[in-house]
Order: sequence, then C-alpha cells, then structure tokens
Amino acid sequence: MVQVADVASRAREGTEVNPSERGSLAIRVAGEAGEGIKKPGELLIQAATRAGFQVLTDFIPPSEIKGGVSFFQLRLGSRPLFTRGDSPDVLFCFNQEAYEVNIQELEPGGLLIYDPGAVIPSDRDKGQFQLLAFPVEQIAAKDLKMPIVKNVVALGGMAALFGLETSHLYQLINELWARKGDAVVQTNYRALEAGIKFMEDNFSADVRARFVLQPAKTETESMVVSGNQATALGAIAAGCTFFAGYPITPASDIMEFLAAVLPSVGGAVIQAEDEISAINMIIGAGYAGKRAMTSTSGPGLSLMVEAMGLATMAEIPVVIVDAQRAGPSTGMPTRHEQGDLFLCAYGGHGEVPRIILAATSVEDCFYLTVEAFNLAEKYQSPVLLMTDTVVAVRTEGIAKPDLSKIRLEHRVTWEPDPDGSQTKGASDSGSNGAVQGTDNTVAGNNGVAGAKDAAIPFDESESGYRRYRLTEDGVSPMAIPGTPGGQYVAMGLEHNEKGRHRPDPRTHTQMTEKRFRKFDLAGKDAPDAVRYGKPDAPIGIVTWGSTAGVAIEAIDALAAEGIDACLVAPKMLLPLPDQQLGEFMRTKEHIVIPEVNYRGQFADILLAKYPRPAVRVNVYGGQPMLVSKLTETLRRVAAGEVTDGRTVISPIIGRLEDLVTPDDLLAPVEQR
Amino acid sequence: MAVDTPVRERTVDEYKSDEKPTWCPGCGDFGVLNAVYRAMRLKNFAPHEVVAVSGIGCSSRIPYFISTYGFHGIHGRTMPIATGVRVARPELKTLVFGGDGDAFAIGAGHFVHAMRRNLDLTYVVMDNAIYGLTKGQTSPTSGAGFSTLSTPQGNPEQALNPMMLAISCGATFVARGFSAEPQKLADLIVRGIEHKGFSFIDVYSPCPTFNKVNTFKSYKESVAELPGDHNATDTIQAMNYANSDRPLYLGVFLQREAPTFEQHVLQQQSGDEGARQTVLQGLFNRFS
Repeated sequence: MVQVADVASRAREGTEVNPSERGSLAIRVAGEAGEGIKKPGELLIQAATRAGFQVLTDFIPPSEIKGGVSFFQLRLGSRPLFTRGDSPDVLFCFNQEAYEVNIQELEPGGLLIYDPGAVIPSDRDKGQFQLLAFPVEQIAAKDLKMPIVKNVVALGGMAALFGLETSHLYQLINELWARKGDAVVQTNYRALEAGIKFMEDNFSADVRARFVLQPAKTETESMVVSGNQATALGAIAAGCTFFAGYPITPASDIMEFLAAVLPSVGGAVIQAEDEISAINMIIGAGYAGKRAMTSTSGPGLSLMVEAMGLATMAEIPVVIVDAQRAGPSTGMPTRHEQGDLFLCAYGGHGEVPRIILAATSVEDCFYLTVEAFNLAEKYQSPVLLMTDTVVAVRTEGIAKPDLSKIRLEHRVTWEPDPDGSQTKGASDSGSNGAVQGTDNTVAGNNGVAGAKDAAIPFDESESGYRRYRLTEDGVSPMAIPGTPGGQYVAMGLEHNEKGRHRPDPRTHTQMTEKRFRKFDLAGKDAPDAVRYGKPDAPIGIVTWGSTAGVAIEAIDALAAEGIDACLVAPKMLLPLPDQQLGEFMRTKEHIVIPEVNYRGQFADILLAKYPRPAVRVNVYGGQPMLVSKLTETLRRVAAGEVTDGRTVISPIIGRLEDLVTPDDLLAPVEQR
Repeated sequence: MAVDTPVRERTVDEYKSDEKPTWCPGCGDFGVLNAVYRAMRLKNFAPHEVVAVSGIGCSSRIPYFISTYGFHGIHGRTMPIATGVRVARPELKTLVFGGDGDAFAIGAGHFVHAMRRNLDLTYVVMDNAIYGLTKGQTSPTSGAGFSTLSTPQGNPEQALNPMMLAISCGATFVARGFSAEPQKLADLIVRGIEHKGFSFIDVYSPCPTFNKVNTFKSYKESVAELPGDHNATDTIQAMNYANSDRPLYLGVFLQREAPTFEQHVLQQQSGDEGARQTVLQGLFNRFS
C-alpha cells in the first residue's frame, strides 16, 4: 500500500528543491485544528532546538472561509532563519480538506506526505511532487492499538525525515508524560519508534538525502518561545509588576502568560472591562510608582489614544504593546499587517510626541520590552512597542537571555531634603530586584537632568516641590505618592511647574517644548538597528518589524546572483534615529522601503525627513511579505527598471497566484 | 522594637491647598469640599498618604483644593485610574471624586465594574443633575422632561437611579448625602472610609447656575433621613428605600462585608520582586 515517490517527476531538472544544500527545510503540517497538530509540532521544535537546529514556526489558525483546517509550519535551519519560508518543501496532510487547501503552496518538486486512509491525492500531483503515503492512522490504531497516538507516530516520521537525533525526542516525551506514569511514556515511545521505523523502511536514505539537515553547533543555550511569550518574559525581566489588559487577538496570550506569572514576583494582572480601562489602570499604577504595561491590538489601541495623551501630559511612565493585525475596524483578526504605525505615531488629539519601538524578531520582543520600560522610566512617558502577527505568534529558538547583562533604568524621583522642604533631584537606585539594576543615569550619574533648571526661570514665586519643573532635558523629578512633602496633582490639563492649571501662552509654549525636548533626546537612546548585507551595496533597504527578516532573506537570495543589497531596520521608529538612518538615506543609490501595508506608512515618515527618490514595496493581503516577491522587485531595482514610486507585489505564490491574482498585480501601479 | 510615637492632631487647614476653589458662588461642591476636609481631619490622615482621584467636570477639580496627592484624569476614566492606584499601593488611602456625568454617563461602564471588584476606596459623586462645566446640558440623573440646552423640548430620557445601580452592582457600602448638611456628610464619608470595600456616596450638590429645578430648596423639601430601624445589611430593604422618589432618603442604605479586590491580589502573590531572577530562569528552562 505504500507508494514511494513518483521519482519520474523529479526528472524536471533544476526545479527540484534541495533543502539539504540550501541549509533550511520548511515542513507544513495541516490537519484538524487545535492541539492535535500543535503539540507534536512543539515537541519537534524543542527537540530540534536541543539538537542544535535553528527553528522558526508559524501556526496559522483555521481560515474563516474554508472551515476547520489549520496549519503549522515549521522551518529548520543549519543557519539562522528570518521567515517561515515562502512555501513548504514538505507538506504533511492529515485529511482531504487540509490537502486541498495547502497543496497549491507546496514547492514544485516538494514532498507530499499524506495519510492514505484520509487523503486521496489527485493524479496531477503525482507528476509534480514526490508523494509518500504514511498510514499514521492505521499504524496507531491497528499496530499499536492506540488511535490517540497517531500524532506521535507522525512526529517520529518527520524527525527521521530530516535526520534529527531522536534521543532528544525520547527525552522530551519522558519529561512531558512521566508524571502520567510509565505506561503512558512507554506507549508514546512505541508510537515514536513506529513512526521512525516506517520512515526508514519506506523512504530510503538516498531518497531522503535531500531533506537531511546538519544542525548548526552553537555554544549558547537556546529556548523556544513565541514573540508574545518573549514580550511577557521581557516585561518580567524589566521589573513590570502591574499589567492590565483586555482580551484581543493576537495579543491575549501576553496577558495570560503574565496572569500566571506576575503574582509570583509580587505583581498583579487585571482583566479590565475594556481597553480604555486597561490603559487608565496602568496610568494609575505608573503614577503610584509601578512599572506598568498593557498589550493590545489595533482595535484596542484605537480606544487607548486619549489616555496615551494623558500619560504624555501627566508625564507618567507606561508601556503599551501593540501586536498589530490586519485592519481597519475588526479587519482580519488572525492575519498580518503593518497598518498601525500612523495610529501609534499620530493617533490622538493635540501634539503628542510618541516614542515608538518595533520588534523585528522574537528575540527583539524580549529585549525591546525591557528597552520600552527603560525609556518610559527615563523620559516619564508612554512608550509604544509595536509587534505584528508574524512575530507575535511565531516561535523561534533564541539564545537564553543573560539576565546579568540586563540594565534597568529607573525614573528620577523626588525626595525631600532631610532638613526641610527644599526640592532636589534624586535617582532611584532601585536595585532591590534580583535582576541587576543600575542607578538612573539621567540624574543619578551625570547630573544632566533633575536639579538643573532650564534657562528661563519660571514661577519663582511658587515655593515647594515643582512636579513639572522645567529642566534642560525636560525630565523633572517625580514624587511618588506616599513621599512626604511631594504632594502634587497629576493632570491632563495644561499646567505650570507646580501642576496648577494655567492656560496662558507662556505656560503652554514652555510645557510643549518640555515634552518635545524629552522626545528629541530619546532618539539618542535608540537600540541598535538591524543591519545586514554589504554596507557599500548600492541598493539600500529600509524597513521595520518582521519585514526586516524578509529583507534579510531576499538579500541572501540576491547575493547568490551577484546582486548586492543591504538593510537597515531601525528598532526605534520615532523619534527617527538620525544616527542610524541619515547617512544611509543620503548616500544609497537606490532606497527600497518594503512594508506590509497599502500606503507605505513608514516610507511616509522616513521620506518626509529624508526626501529623495525611493521605491516603496507594498503588499496587503493579510499575509507576510514573500521573500521571492521582494527579491523579484529588488532584481528590477538593480536592473534600473524601477527607481521611484510605489510597487505593489503579490501576497501569494505559485499556482495559487496563477489562479486568483489579476495579471497587473505584479506591475508597478503608481510611479511618482 | 517598635516605638509608639504620639500622633499629632492635625488641623482642618492642613488639608487645604494654596489653590482657591474656582466654583461659582453658591455651588453645592463647597459643602462637599468642607465635608471632605472635615472627614480627613476626623481620620487625622497624613496628607502624603492620601490620593484624591477625579475625572472631568466642575466637581472633579476638587483635588487641586486638597493638600494630598491628586490625579485629575480624563473624563469618565476616574475609576480605572483609581483602580491602578489601589492595586499598586494598597497602603495609601484613596478617595475618588466626580460628577454625575463623569460617573454615570461616560464613566458608567467603569463604575459598574469597579463596584463588582469591591475595591477598597471611597467614591463621592457630586450629583447636580446637570453638566455644569460645559454650561448646562442634560445629565443621566436629570429628570424626564427637564429642559436644558441639549434638550430644549424636555429631556426624553428617564433619570438613572444611582443608588439602585450601585446596590445591584455589588457595591458594599451605598449612601446618600446632601451638601447642605456638610457635618452629616463628613460623617458619611468617614463611615465610607472606614468601610472595607467599595463605598459609594452619592451627594446632592446643586448647581445654582445651570440647574433651576434640582435646587437646594427643592432638595430640602424632598429629603429625609433613612428611618432609624433600617437594616443596612438587607439588600431588598435598601432597594426599596433607594426606589423612593419622595422622600429622597439620606444616610447609609447598604453596608455589607465582602473580600476586597486588593485582598484577592495579595492572596495570589506567592513571592515578591526578589524572586524575579529565579522565576525567570525557571521559565527559560521550561522553554528549552
């Protein structure tokens, strides 16, 4: 009953994929929704990570139109990975519907593995792909008499396919099921063995060879987490002890993770009645001295803009994480888009300077969350951290963070002088937490902020503590409620240094300048940008968020063809870090700005500051940008075919594209 | 060894800030402010250990006139800000202020959920049945038929009954006062502060400038103290008194014991910030 390989189809020389040579292999597992395919996938990833492979996965929930099919795409690498891969090299289907929905995207010459009890492939596929019938259902039910273990049988088969050292899987199965008793562990061992044996017996080593990968040996210990988990871990590492949020896709699991963990570090999580409440709760907690955060997605962020203005006006440190999804309105909650930048940058009334960070990878989610807290504390300001569906949901193997290297910045606080009511700047040394803290560098160490007055004396007649004291850098020492003598009113009204409502022209002018002074300074603290490719390459790519990974893989693809391009992806989007972007924007022969949105939101911000010809590359299908499509565009840039304006690329690939895409979608639709 | 230092008796003046109230002459809110000063004096609070949170509206300016810490937030979001303060710093006393628009219109959703949580705070609503700061539009507690700038042909909506709302949402202390009786009001506020849980005090605080219907005179004619035999632990009885529109009862309608939100938070905390590194390393290991 086993049909091994219509090897004749591989006669199509040159089209056959060779993951082994390429150093990366993308496997898509499609079947019933939910844990059924997710758990074995997670085990495989964890085992592969322990074996030294680079891993990156993406879990795609069922499509609303097609019904219950979900898929799990796992990419393994001998080298670093930056995207989930445009199309899978191997497709593993558990049922007919999963097969029909996904077969269109399988790489030509790729491998289709299917359960012959549930899937009947079409004859057409036999000519185009390598086929392997893997009767997991039958092995589990008949041979092992345990239908429930069919996923573990499949797991064994997949592990054997790419040459995973399977001892890691046995170890993990033991860790996972030991508490359920030896019988359970043994059953799963047998299922795993059966899967491995099937693959070895029916798919010979020489046929399998092109799928076998060598693990990349690294010294650092890795862990496998999703972007949302990394964000939550980053919040804990940053000393966050207060979180309020409201359920929303794809951000909810940040709240869920923290709800389970924050109480063990003396913190609290509140599920608020709406996002307006959530952000105002963290503002209350931030005012009261806590490091506080909320996380949401577009619709929730829309509700938060008024309160973000309050946090700016009242100068309260808070962190807001926006895991972007496809909008507008309810949009496509499970789909990807980089459409919230304008909302983050400009949403809200009045002139509100916004500090915005953007994560390009799962690892960024961890470190930039720490960074967001540090910036919020240092500048007593709300800080936005933008992630997107791609990085929020996918998992990656990342190096375990070294906590001893994490520095925590603390807000400049106000303390009364022991001998009276004189005010002074003081820094909160705050190293009481286990993660190493440092004295605040703003006032504590170099004395730039805090005690120093701005050039213009102000309200000298007012005595006592001045919460909104005008300083050179705009940062004023903050009294934490409970501090004797520091009583003041935090407020959304325009105010003088003492925190009294004064709607006069001088006050508003000076206070507006104070708020923007802080904002301008924050640009100097921008975390390092992602840089990739030969720095002197004539084509310069500037992008943000998860699209940076797409650009990196496109650069690699082009390098193989002898075309040089390089990338800078800033992790701080506002204020725009000139030290990272200025020279790049001025000197590159070509500038290409790829984004997963219609208008080119980042391009607008970037080109307003650095006006010049630039090629915007936009895609807006709710899917991540495809490496092959960006590569195609870059090739045209290199050939001088496109030098400016906007190029719209296809969101889909392969046969699927031929079926549904209008022909003109690949053409530049608008030249400036 | 703990040393008992004698607590200094504070004066009412110590609770006054150097900012003078901006309300119109004859505003009911002056009476509320005096009652608040008096209540804090009766509790002998240290001003730096109190946080006064308010929203937007004439009455919400009150933190500026008090010498404690204050937060003058945005319209309707008073409760969420107060919630953040409460959970972050349960050792501080939290007094919350607002008007009927802030509490029952734009902030109604938060009001409901804050009561459900039974946060340990005292919420004083200065209810004048009108929007005063925006110069005279109808409010959720304005009566049906009430003619205002926004309802020139009479208010087509019926008035919300804050007492019934609070009782049904799980507030554990529900009372009503009258700003013309600041001494009694101060006593109510003290009882609210002493109550462990969400204490809600609705105060008739007339707006002499924009509301010519709900006036000191009209309230004086219609208010009455709750009968001495009222059992405040009896929710149904409290509802019945709350439902009366003549007389309009003053006093404590309901008071019952229930665990506070802050107690739940505290109970769930199994460690403190010192555990951070251990907790994180444990999580890192779980994912590797």
